[in-house]
Amino acid sequence: MVTAGLSKQREKEKPLRFRIWQSRELYLFLLPAVLLVIVFSYLPMYGILVAFKDYKPHLGILDSAWAGFTYFERFFSMPMFGVILKNTLILSFYMLIAGFPLPIILALALNSAPNQKLKKLVQTITYAPHFISIVIIVGMINIFFSPSTGIVRNLLNNVGLIEGNIDVLMNASSFPHLYVWSGVWQTLGWSSIIYLGALSGVDPALHEAAIIDGATKFQRVLRIDLPLIVPTIVILLILESGTIMNVGFEKTFLMQNAFNLSTSEVINTYVYKIGIREAQYSLSAAIGLFNSGINFIMILLVNQVSRRFGQESLW
Amino acid sequence: MRHALKRSNQDRLYDAVTYVILILLLLIVAYPLYFVVIASISDPKLVATGRILLWPQSFNLDGYMEVVRYSPIWTGYRNTLVYTVLFTSLSAMISLMAGYALSRKPFPGKTAVIAFLLFTMFFNGGLIPTYLLMKEIGLYGSPAIIVLMGAVNVTNIIISRTFMKSTIPDELYEAACMDGCSHTSFFFRIVMPVSKALIAVLVLFAAVSQWNSWFTAMIYLTKEEQMPLQMVLRDLIVNQSALSMASDSASMGGDAAAQIYLVESMRYAVIIVSTLPILCFYPFVQKYFVKGVMIGSVKG
Repeated sequence: MVTAGLSKQREKEKPLRFRIWQSRELYLFLLPAVLLVIVFSYLPMYGILVAFKDYKPHLGILDSAWAGFTYFERFFSMPMFGVILKNTLILSFYMLIAGFPLPIILALALNSAPNQKLKKLVQTITYAPHFISIVIIVGMINIFFSPSTGIVRNLLNNVGLIEGNIDVLMNASSFPHLYVWSGVWQTLGWSSIIYLGALSGVDPALHEAAIIDGATKFQRVLRIDLPLIVPTIVILLILESGTIMNVGFEKTFLMQNAFNLSTSEVINTYVYKIGIREAQYSLSAAIGLFNSGINFIMILLVNQVSRRFGQESLW
Repeated sequence: MRHALKRSNQDRLYDAVTYVILILLLLIVAYPLYFVVIASISDPKLVATGRILLWPQSFNLDGYMEVVRYSPIWTGYRNTLVYTVLFTSLSAMISLMAGYALSRKPFPGKTAVIAFLLFTMFFNGGLIPTYLLMKEIGLYGSPAIIVLMGAVNVTNIIISRTFMKSTIPDELYEAACMDGCSHTSFFFRIVMPVSKALIAVLVLFAAVSQWNSWFTAMIYLTKEEQMPLQMVLRDLIVNQSALSMASDSASMGGDAAAQIYLVESMRYAVIIVSTLPILCFYPFVQKYFVKGVMIGSVKG
């Protein structure tokens, strides 16, 4: 320890120039990452100026005239503002409430599974949908719920629950349910991994002691396993709530059709439409900045909260 | 074991409930996947009228034939293959190199570089500023953007750093250094060979994400022949217009119902064809997934 401290001090005493020269190779190792981050993350941050300017493509970002907060004001006074904000929040909260408990139950069940083969099988199958692309998932939704030939319609007809065709794909009020439950289906297994990891850290001595005291399996899960993964649950819940304004663009966008726009238009899809399709760059950039701003504040808040809880914070 | 009898009834009930939960979740997740498989190899008419539910019937590969004949799929396949190989090697290499550098003992500017990278996890320019910048610097419309954008994944860099910090102590480098080994040769001769598990995880995650991606292509690519597989699939199974057109040209007339059935059958087939590579890959690398998620959850 003493020599380590001394050598550290000696390192510090060397002139800065020497220490930089000594680490030249390490800088080269970092170069590709730093260059790409500058091009794809930091340069676009300078592009945020567009939100405060009257952007004209032929003038470029710097030479376009300043517009102040005009585009933000326009956004807040649009009728669309309320709709997309509401849709974004509804989808987020619904996803959070529906998607959160099931992976925990799955992990607890897997952890105490009496049969190892079944455990392996359930894990293999439930992780799989995580690796299927969003395009395919949405394609499957479209096929399964197809009004006249889909399996859901056929099943419901077979058991006599409905007559004729179904219209869930063309029905705005069913969009949130389709969106959320297909998401639960896709991420259920994958999300359980983190809890399984936490459960594998539970000291077996606790279970042995409880067995000697005559605890049943259910009691042990409830009084030992569950409390010990509560910290993981809390930190994940907090992390999830930090992404509340980020409803996945890809899936929402692919699931949109002319009939469900009133519930499926969210901030991210709207930014795409008026920005890329209608080329209203400044307005779209302003909406995007509003969204990232709220996200950023949410993450700062969430980090504070998780520190309060005495859990690990993000930084 | 004195309490064995007293406990066993409740425990047996608990086990039964666990079985029910696991089997129920298993069936819910597995059945849609299974159905796609049996639907793709059965008579489309039986599928569409709801008579295929548990077993494939009247073996039929017409859907696959149509898919094979539809050339944009194969262009997309080739493009995705190229993008995935290039993207995966680049992305894994960057994560390894940056992770290695950041795992070494302090050097001037290290903390600043970490902060510089971390900040991008919490704040970014957003879609429109990025889009306009890419146009200004000339990456718009170039396939290079598919390979470069997202190649730096800060989470992966942190994972690499954490992994290397714990597996490759500074003393090891110092010893090699005494023997005249530079960082570069140390990295290639010692670090890479002992980081196989990490490399497997990085490669796997990068490959899956690139194989499944379409958004960057939709925004930044303009030419049909540069589109990745997922973009072709989007046209086929999400926007149905392309599909009807494809089968219109393929089949000769016929009645409208048969036409619809064939289109449906083609959609099942195309799902299988495009997901097959990942499904073949999956059993071999499954053990690494868990490791990856666990390494990822360790704070750097």
